Amino acid sequence: MRKKLVLAAAAGLVASAMALSACSGGSGGSGSAAGGENAAQSGGESASDDALHLTFYYPVNVGGSAAALIEQICADFNEENPDIVVEPVYTGNYDDTVTKIQTAIQGGTPPDVFVSLATQRFTMASTGMAMPLDDLIAADGEEGQAYIDDFLDGFMLDSYVDGQIYSIPFQRSTMVLFYNKDAFEEVGLDPEDPPETWEEVVEYGQKLTNENRYGVGLALNSGSAQWAFTGFCLQNSVNGENLMTDDGKQVLFDTPENVEALQFWLDLQNEYKIMAPGIVQWTDLPTQFLAGEVAMIYHTTGNMANINENADFEFGAAFLPGHKRVAAPTGGGNFYISSGISEERVQAAWKFIKFATETERAAQWSLDTGYVATRESCFETDLMKDYYEEVPQAKVAYDQIPYSAPELTTYNAAEIWRVLNDNIQAAVVGDATPQEALTAAQEQATEILAEYQ
Amino acid sequence: MKTYTKKQRERRNTLIGWLLVAPALIFMLIFTVYPIFRSVYLSLTKYRLGMQTPEFIGLENYINLAGSSLFWKVMGNTLYFALITIIPSMVVGLFLATIVNRKSRMTGFVRTAYFYPVVMPMIAIASIWMFIYMAKNGLFDQMLVRMGFEPMNVLSSKSTVLPAMAFMYVWKEAGYLMVFFLSGIQSISTEVNEAARIDGANSWTIFRKITLPLLAPTFLFVSTIALTNSFKLVDHVVIMTEGAPNNASTLLLYYIYQQGFTNFNYGVSSALTTIMLVLLMIVALPRFLSQDKKIHYN
Repeated sequence: MRKKLVLAAAAGLVASAMALSACSGGSGGSGSAAGGENAAQSGGESASDDALHLTFYYPVNVGGSAAALIEQICADFNEENPDIVVEPVYTGNYDDTVTKIQTAIQGGTPPDVFVSLATQRFTMASTGMAMPLDDLIAADGEEGQAYIDDFLDGFMLDSYVDGQIYSIPFQRSTMVLFYNKDAFEEVGLDPEDPPETWEEVVEYGQKLTNENRYGVGLALNSGSAQWAFTGFCLQNSVNGENLMTDDGKQVLFDTPENVEALQFWLDLQNEYKIMAPGIVQWTDLPTQFLAGEVAMIYHTTGNMANINENADFEFGAAFLPGHKRVAAPTGGGNFYISSGISEERVQAAWKFIKFATETERAAQWSLDTGYVATRESCFETDLMKDYYEEVPQAKVAYDQIPYSAPELTTYNAAEIWRVLNDNIQAAVVGDATPQEALTAAQEQATEILAEYQ
Repeated sequence: MKTYTKKQRERRNTLIGWLLVAPALIFMLIFTVYPIFRSVYLSLTKYRLGMQTPEFIGLENYINLAGSSLFWKVMGNTLYFALITIIPSMVVGLFLATIVNRKSRMTGFVRTAYFYPVVMPMIAIASIWMFIYMAKNGLFDQMLVRMGFEPMNVLSSKSTVLPAMAFMYVWKEAGYLMVFFLSGIQSISTEVNEAARIDGANSWTIFRKITLPLLAPTFLFVSTIALTNSFKLVDHVVIMTEGAPNNASTLLLYYIYQQGFTNFNYGVSSALTTIMLVLLMIVALPRFLSQDKKIHYN
């Protein structure tokens, strides 16, 4: 009897040990399985054993199909380059991805290439997680320079740290004004004449607001407010001063212009009563727009496909209404290459980035996801021209890029975002005046950035 | 068969015992004990994104937290949320238990219905309740409008956001606590009840003088569970508000998550984790100490 018990216990131990090893072996197994699949797709002609395996971390922040599209890009690349196998690893949202990169670096196996927010570039550079790409571009000679020059300037602005290029634009977006043309007609506004100034936003908003509908919609939740706020502050600055200095070491929250911009938001809610009071969630806003409960919303171009598909009314997309100038913020993710990987891997990663951002591919990616195509030449393709014929509203984003500027980007970007968002919310719920809120945000942010001065 | 000395047998028994608990023990060491010690160690370091090794800084993280108004706001939120969820969910749970304790044809259905929210994942519940609480168009605001009130947009007002979440949580948790109360009530001998009834006591007196005192061990157990559960809540904050407005709904666990995985401030995040660990130990302490004392088990 006892013997049996010992046996059973021993068996239990062995089983649990096996379960453990299965856990750790699992990821490796699936990794190599994916590799095998890729090799199979490449026609099986090359024994992928001596091929160079690259790991590519990517987040998906929009609808589910983006993951499949990225895997397709990798499969296409592997087919064309039998000596390199790029293994895409889905790593959750943008925050999760940074966590996983950090973990991988500590484990001694950093991803070779990854997609992260453009706004993370200061962090990526200062922590040595990503490497500058200037040498790679220079090595490509004229072709390299032409490649960089082809990217829309509005997006390239978001790639520099201390004058060096750290990232290549990939999934980029900007904010536009979506408006309900049917509602415009209903209240006697010209549906082809969206508001172009803050004054017109108020004027139109007042006409559009009724018992069941607000005139204007803005998402003020944490993670969204700072994006829209960048736009309003740019619009309210004669010289287009952003919320931070270009070196990412200082924020400029409490300028009189920015206080005015925040006051304008509060006025939309409390004085004109043409915007819902309190905090509307980013994800709720398109739903409310589609339900006809808000007539004009500030939202990402990434929602173009969704709105185009689900609106049972005529909708328009327009430039963000300007004030002292016309301006809009950009956002989204870029390609980075990890620092500290071998030269051979760097070259392969660079090849992959160039492949993934090829003109036709970038145009297709834009169509499939709703992100704005990143390169000038994309807009010369038939693909893009046909699309704009079909959905003319989508072209607004492209036209607006020359007027756009990077969203709030600093060292410790996530923490600085939070500080600004919290204080904006404090003003929105009446805990602080716009001046108090932005002064507090300035103080808190300055303290966080102190170590970089 | 070979015979063993007493000592040999004992040693053998000990070995078998250890082998039997080994699988559980190994997992506990790897996934519970080691992380706890690691967190305590990291809480004494500066450890941020991109740092290869943590840098020891003593109690600096704790000192910084003690001086941070946001930290105290979060602690206040956490205690307030615990208070407004535990008491109502226990009262409702006990009430439901007394209802479903009666024998009727519907008992099975009613018990299942009350227990149903418990088995639903918090993420799903939070997503659904977000629609209920949605500004103006949500069920709740629509109800207010129908009854002639102004819509409240409860999730974006600092005074209503936690009570609104608490209401949702009580709805989910009451059924869970009901099960414990039900088993407590049913373990009370029916003879005691009958004797009281013969002596002329009415239902309310029986409930107050017999059921409640005899439920004391259940109360202690349930309150411990409810308290620890309320500390462990984070999903609904992520889904519904992300701590908005101005951190009025930031609870401790969400704050830990935010420090660790949004700000990548692992040292501070570990310090907060250690604080939470100590709090939970304090909460669990009365149960360890007062077990088998002062409480009637029958």
